Amino acid sequence: MRIGSRVRLLAGVLTLGLAVTACGGARVADGTNSTAQPSPGGASAPAAAGTVRLAVNPWVGYEASAAVVAHLLKDKLGYTVELKELKEQVSWEGFETGEVDVIIENWGHDDLKKKFIEEKKVAVEAGSTGNKGVIGWYVPQWMVDKYPGITDYRNLNKYAELFKTSESGGKGQLLFGDPSYVSNEEAIIKNLKLNYKVVTGGSEAALIQSATQAQEQQKALLFYFWDPHWLFSRTKLARVNLPPYTEGCDTDPKKVACDYAELDLDKIVSKRFADSGGKAYQLVKNFTWTNEDQNAVANDITNNGMSAEDAAKKWIDANPAKWQAWLPA
Amino acid sequence: MTAQATVSPAVPPAPPPAVRRRPRERLPRFVLPVVGVAVAAGLYLVFRGTATLPHDDGAAPFLFLNDVRDWVDDNRNENPLFLYLINYLRLGIGGLFDAVSAGLHALPWPALIALTAAAGWLAGGRRVALVAGLGFASFGVLGVFAASVDTLALTLTAVLLSLLVGLPLGVWAGRSRRVRRLITPALDVMQIMPTFAYLGPMVLFFQIGPASATVATMIYSIPPAIRITALAVEQVSPTAIEASVSLGATRWQTLRKVHLPMARRTITLAVNQTIMMALSMVVIAALIAAPGLGSDIIRGLSRANVGVMLPAGLAIVFMGIALDRLVMATAAPRSPRRSRYGAAGVLAAAGIGLSFVLPAEYPESWEWRIGPPVDDAVRWMQSAWYDVTEAIKNIATEGLLNPLQNLLTSSPWWLVALAVLVLAWRVSGAVPAFTALGCLLAVALLGLWEHSMETLTTVLVAVVLTLLAGLALGVAAARHPRYAALQRPLLDAAQTMPAFIYLLPALALFGTTRFTAVFASVVYAVPPVVRLVEDGIKGVPQTVVEAALSSGSTTRQLLWKVQFPMARRAILLAANQGIVMTLAMVVVGGLVGAGGLGFDVVSGFSQSSDFGMGFAAGAATVLLGIMLDRITQGAERRPSPQQQKMRIA
Repeated sequence: MRIGSRVRLLAGVLTLGLAVTACGGARVADGTNSTAQPSPGGASAPAAAGTVRLAVNPWVGYEASAAVVAHLLKDKLGYTVELKELKEQVSWEGFETGEVDVIIENWGHDDLKKKFIEEKKVAVEAGSTGNKGVIGWYVPQWMVDKYPGITDYRNLNKYAELFKTSESGGKGQLLFGDPSYVSNEEAIIKNLKLNYKVVTGGSEAALIQSATQAQEQQKALLFYFWDPHWLFSRTKLARVNLPPYTEGCDTDPKKVACDYAELDLDKIVSKRFADSGGKAYQLVKNFTWTNEDQNAVANDITNNGMSAEDAAKKWIDANPAKWQAWLPA
Repeated sequence: MTAQATVSPAVPPAPPPAVRRRPRERLPRFVLPVVGVAVAAGLYLVFRGTATLPHDDGAAPFLFLNDVRDWVDDNRNENPLFLYLINYLRLGIGGLFDAVSAGLHALPWPALIALTAAAGWLAGGRRVALVAGLGFASFGVLGVFAASVDTLALTLTAVLLSLLVGLPLGVWAGRSRRVRRLITPALDVMQIMPTFAYLGPMVLFFQIGPASATVATMIYSIPPAIRITALAVEQVSPTAIEASVSLGATRWQTLRKVHLPMARRTITLAVNQTIMMALSMVVIAALIAAPGLGSDIIRGLSRANVGVMLPAGLAIVFMGIALDRLVMATAAPRSPRRSRYGAAGVLAAAGIGLSFVLPAEYPESWEWRIGPPVDDAVRWMQSAWYDVTEAIKNIATEGLLNPLQNLLTSSPWWLVALAVLVLAWRVSGAVPAFTALGCLLAVALLGLWEHSMETLTTVLVAVVLTLLAGLALGVAAARHPRYAALQRPLLDAAQTMPAFIYLLPALALFGTTRFTAVFASVVYAVPPVVRLVEDGIKGVPQTVVEAALSSGSTTRQLLWKVQFPMARRAILLAANQGIVMTLAMVVVGGLVGAGGLGFDVVSGFSQSSDFGMGFAAGAATVLLGIMLDRITQGAERRPSPQQQKMRIA
């Protein structure tokens, strides 16, 4: 048959091509994705071939930290870095499957720590990033000036009418971000008997856009947001005071009726990476910077038209003393 | 993309549409529906707000599914089913992907482009070589070469496995009526199932990563492979088979020497469809950590940044076009030409030679950074058209979405169920009606009534808009051949694009709201609807049109009294296709603020406490899809011969 011989020839050409060029790119596939028997000995080392799999969670502050670490790993230590665009929880699952070596900015997640670090023993903590993180509810500054007491949660119901939108079904709207973000919103609203509905904007970008418009065009907006974030240096926002956080008030996710705790953001790495990640692991472990550092890079990425890589390079060129301290001896 | 426009097994051609006008006194036709609507409205007014089923994040089915997940998590390495079957499957498929990926990555980029072009030359000559070569070269120009190779590897792995399973099954089904009857319902479900719904179960069994992405892609891309192959084998001329058997050929010989060669063209089509379906699924699979271009698209979606998504989106479209032309060219019968081997050989050799000269990585200076200008354009568009897009969005939301959603969510569940039963019975008959009812009640039992009603609202609004647009464009195309010629390539291109791409313009224009999903699904579902309508109207015999015109009807009368009624089947089929496609897209729209079930699915693999809800929501979308399909399938069960031909092509 004609087609048969044609296909055979094609296969021949391809095989030949493979044979001729096999010496070209030396990108070895990793064989670490073994789940059948998670090998406690760490026989399969992820970094043996010099590849680090870095999860990228969907907010720009995270992206900034990841970009800087990735750049240093590539440029200064000669590793290959795979950036994996993943949601928070999925990233943790990646520790188990071998898809992920490093989460560079973890927000709390005590339940996941318990599951993957204590029970499954596939991940370990790798110290603080130096960033202090806190989640909260915010309104644009103009509302504070016009509506006294709006930053007290006890007055929120009084002003609920202001926050009504086409998506909020007759209640006040609380704009939320990416569905994967850490969230107690539903419980807080229910337990504090607030006449509000959580409307999910879907992304950090949606929050930023709405917040900017709200302040510029004097529109009402109540939204979920977090610090560190570059937005605070550009737009005046005021935090709503929920009942203050006390130790353990957020243990039962259904009964939360308090504000978020201030978190010491930390790094989590897979067990394998900690055991055999060599210099790459040392760098990740040593990495620590301030909220200002992160905001500078994040601001460049978002507002100055830079790619994450370029923004990271700019910061690295400007702050040699800081990152040199992270490099393994 | 021709998701559902594939083939359902042959149905005996329908008898000519009988005109059922008995000379008996009857009520006018509109009375029954009007009475029905009036009764429903009355019941609604009386019972409004009672027996609603409000959503509860902690519903029992969700908690149960969470427990199942925890159990699987704890026993993944002890339970024999996992130890000896699922984990091996995962390892095997993952290994295959690694091998394919390593092979493709080992090729330097000039060699990969040149080899593809050479394959194109072999298959179809200069033009195909050009399309294939340029298509693959575009990955580099767009700055996404490595990610494209990952996507290619994942697609090839999934296609390879799909064909390995699908072709034999298809051949078997083509030769045995019983097998066909056995697998058809399963294939039906697989094709109605919105792609999103697979992901939860995949993560449960195969965890995240390329292996589960491959399996998810396979589920999506196998049905056309089986169906089209079965049809191809079945349609082989009985005389040829008779001749072969009477010459003493064994069954195996008949299969190899008669069935397969004669069905070759159609089987190539099956391969092609499989590739196209796989391409659109590998993008979505990025949500469960599949490598490749999908990751960029997810990143762009989560940053509402079109500039990040566009290069990846274009690369997928070009990959689709290149593979499409390449595969289809192998089906066209051609005379063998020595020179073609020579040219292909030269091309391949040149590419391999070049890879020693050119840098190992695609040089950055040869990239065309479309991101920043596109971002600027989008930003300009957003502010310049803000008033217009806001107005459209608000009118549609306040005028269509909100009232309908209020109606559906404040109606008692039994009233909605009753309406579905009556409607389905009238359109499609008793059996589909009870299937539809069963699906709806199952949704309620899953604890997802309210969210299903929200999704249903979005789907209904999108379907109405899709049909309006589709009818208008289809009629225009049927009437004006020159316009049709203009529109056809656009439709072709639109149908090769994976569903995700349509979120881009929607997101750029409307931000993240329910209307964004509506807009995306309309754009997604209009092309096949236009095509069905156009073909249906063109299918009206010329003699009938002549007769109507010569007896003095106006064009409008011709359209409403002759063409629409006679093309009724095609139009109903278009409605059916439109609904299934819209549902798939509305669910994906959960990523851009669509709410409802789609959002539950997204939460399901974003928050571990919502896993059960996401899983159940996936199941609910399937049930909703079956329900909508059964309601409208009255047309599908009896396709006329020309529609069948069209659905294959």
